[in-house]
Amino acid sequence: MIDIDVENLRIAFSGREAVKAVSFHVPAGGSFGIVGESGSGKSTVLRALAGLNQHWEGRISFGGKPVGAKRDRAFFRQAQMVFQDPYGSLHPRQTVDRILSELPLVHGMGRIDDRIARALDDVALPQSVRFRFPHQLSGGQRQRVAIARALIAEPQVLLLDEPTSALDVSVQAEILNLLVALRREHNLTYIMVSHDLAVVAHMCAEVGVMQNGEMVEQVSTEKLRRGAVSHPHTRELRALSVELEEPEELPL
Amino acid sequence: MFARLSNWLLDEAPSSRRQANWANRYRIWLALKHNPLGMMGLVIVLLFVFMAVAAPLLATHNPAAQNLDLRLAPPSAEYWLGTDELGRDIYSRIIYGSRVTLGMVVSVVIIVAPIGLAIGAIAGFFGGIVDKALMRITDVFLAFPRLILALAFVAALTPGIESAILAIALTAWPPYARLARADTLTVRNSDFIAAYRLTGGSNWRIVFRHIAPLCMPNMIVRVTLDMSSIIITAASLGFLGMGAQPPSPEWGAMIATAKRFIFDQWWVAAAPGAAIFIVSLAFNFLGDALHDVLDPKGD
Amino acid sequence: MLVNIENLRIGFPTRTGGLSEAVKGVSLHLGQEKLGIVGESGSGKSLTARALLKLLPPQAQVTADAISFDGIDILAASERGMRQIRGKRAGFILQDPKYSLNPVKTIGSQVAESWRFHKGGSRHEAREAAIDLLDKVQIRNPREVSKSYPHEVSGGMGQRVMIAMMLAPDPELLIADEPTSALDATVQAEIMRLIDELVSERGMGLILISHDLPLVSHFCDRVAVMYAGHIVEELQASELAHAKHPYTRGLLNCMPSLIHPRDELPVLKRDPEWLKS
Repeated sequence: MIDIDVENLRIAFSGREAVKAVSFHVPAGGSFGIVGESGSGKSTVLRALAGLNQHWEGRISFGGKPVGAKRDRAFFRQAQMVFQDPYGSLHPRQTVDRILSELPLVHGMGRIDDRIARALDDVALPQSVRFRFPHQLSGGQRQRVAIARALIAEPQVLLLDEPTSALDVSVQAEILNLLVALRREHNLTYIMVSHDLAVVAHMCAEVGVMQNGEMVEQVSTEKLRRGAVSHPHTRELRALSVELEEPEELPL
Repeated sequence: MFARLSNWLLDEAPSSRRQANWANRYRIWLALKHNPLGMMGLVIVLLFVFMAVAAPLLATHNPAAQNLDLRLAPPSAEYWLGTDELGRDIYSRIIYGSRVTLGMVVSVVIIVAPIGLAIGAIAGFFGGIVDKALMRITDVFLAFPRLILALAFVAALTPGIESAILAIALTAWPPYARLARADTLTVRNSDFIAAYRLTGGSNWRIVFRHIAPLCMPNMIVRVTLDMSSIIITAASLGFLGMGAQPPSPEWGAMIATAKRFIFDQWWVAAAPGAAIFIVSLAFNFLGDALHDVLDPKGD
Repeated sequence: MLVNIENLRIGFPTRTGGLSEAVKGVSLHLGQEKLGIVGESGSGKSLTARALLKLLPPQAQVTADAISFDGIDILAASERGMRQIRGKRAGFILQDPKYSLNPVKTIGSQVAESWRFHKGGSRHEAREAAIDLLDKVQIRNPREVSKSYPHEVSGGMGQRVMIAMMLAPDPELLIADEPTSALDATVQAEIMRLIDELVSERGMGLILISHDLPLVSHFCDRVAVMYAGHIVEELQASELAHAKHPYTRGLLNCMPSLIHPRDELPVLKRDPEWLKS
């Protein structure tokens, strides 16, 4: 298990600051949620953590070791990412088998067949999907393949970018349950980005709220549930979530 | 037996890499089968390929044998398509000419498609200065009319089939590079490519293993659509005496020499003209059909 | 009765020559009220609404005992007759305003065009009417917004513009197909409130199509829950907590809750029996 530390992370796109001095710490084996609306910079933070965005300033460290803009190959055995749209995150012309075998091939990991079989087991997919193409799978199955692709690296950190927002609620429940179970079984550290407060609260112990590139509040999920929050944006997001959940509690 | 094969191919849950790949190809074939024009094109192309392979069996005369007594004879039982200005059998020359013409087209495609694909995919994926440099070079080649540039190349080398192939290849790759670049740009920022970046594999691996195959359908389509214009460029070079040299029976060269008698002995030019027309049309039909099959946007 | 749909079936021809039914015998009735149609992707909820305006792709095979809008038989209506209904008497709001607005025309001119198309009048009148409509959908500075292009405004603003265009001919029915699923939660609430107010003020009927059961029940009077082409349950929105059908209950249950944490989310078990109703 490793912890993640982010200090003063700044990211600018052509002069415009998308992320302004964001700092947070995720304990080893912990789970941290980042919520915010579109354009708040939450996904940008996650992509910088994953090494997909190389233009950032500040300090990011995994397990106490600071990482640079360019990551070495070993980093990708440590941290993997699951993307939002399961329709866009799988290569449309490759079989599940090919998609899953890429990382083991790059890293020269042996026994690839066994690894793929185990990864499919981990995400509760039948072995029969192994040689199918993504378009032959349902949205939920695709997202399971995407999770299997991340797990095959045997990572210690999983970065989740809205992993269920493109799915139906019944499928969302299955994927969320799977992610909770995987964290326990594989001792993973999670950072999850979402616009849905209820989803983040379900998954994470601590939540950071982002608005206009700033992390305006960090609060434990327990406090968030009680409503013990200080920033107006957090309060607003909470109220909207509660309003839909329990119409009686907060009338329009 | 066939039913079992078909079941194996259409199995919803293939059990091996090989089966999955063949199933994919079989589905493309099934879709192509439902396109009558495409099938017609395919049949004609296959017929011409057969003609080229089996030329010695199909030809009734030696394509180079001259019979000056029978110059410019009209079609008859002996000479099915008549004879040319040196008394050679036009039918046999068309048959043997398919070897030269199809051979040229295939060689050009084999040279052009990979070069265009590589340049386009690299430019699109890496962007920045690499993209700018490669695309400006491409623009330079695109700026000249194809035939003029090819002519200049052949003139600089020695006239002949090999030079013609090289010249056409040199002028044919830029559109392929542009096409591959456009396809690359649409996928380079997609999540599935981001996922491959997260495997730690090199950029070259991503370009050639994951992006290039996505450019292939459009490339294949472009190739089949381009076949006809390659044939015509080859024919034009032949027509201008810069391509295949006599007595080699190249279709374009045959029209070129026949132009002198086109009003009195029209069949001399008509036969190779028709051959070029039919092959070009067949490739166009096939290309159109492949475009629909490989790029099913409406699905 | 504003809308009456009886036993609607929509099928699509399959490659093998068969017919796959996406909507299997749906009946709906709507007066001047707000009806929500809820279901997961592929449940046939959008197709049902599109059938009402004859907006289905040409290969779709539609059969029904009756489809009528304000007494007009839609099944028998000509394309010209449909144009009198579509956009004029029934407005249609889609998920993403980005794809519904013309990117090279200013917002004001598009709203004005829509107003002029239905009401006639001079260019100047139309322009003033457009600004008035933008004001009605609670855009704060309608004059400036009317001069901007679609890409210059946010998703929420774009959706307001779409609504303004739909309001131009004073429709009697508004069909909103996932009007807020591309928007942020704060904007979603604003847009839904706006639709709600406009519908109540003008006495329109509303069909709100969404995958979001809580959202729909919050803003509608009545909710129809669709599953695999069937309406499995229809109930008053206020009665949602007492839903009887296991599918409806399952949908409500499997959502994570901010206030009532659970270790594991109950997973929806699909029962083939549900398809037999």
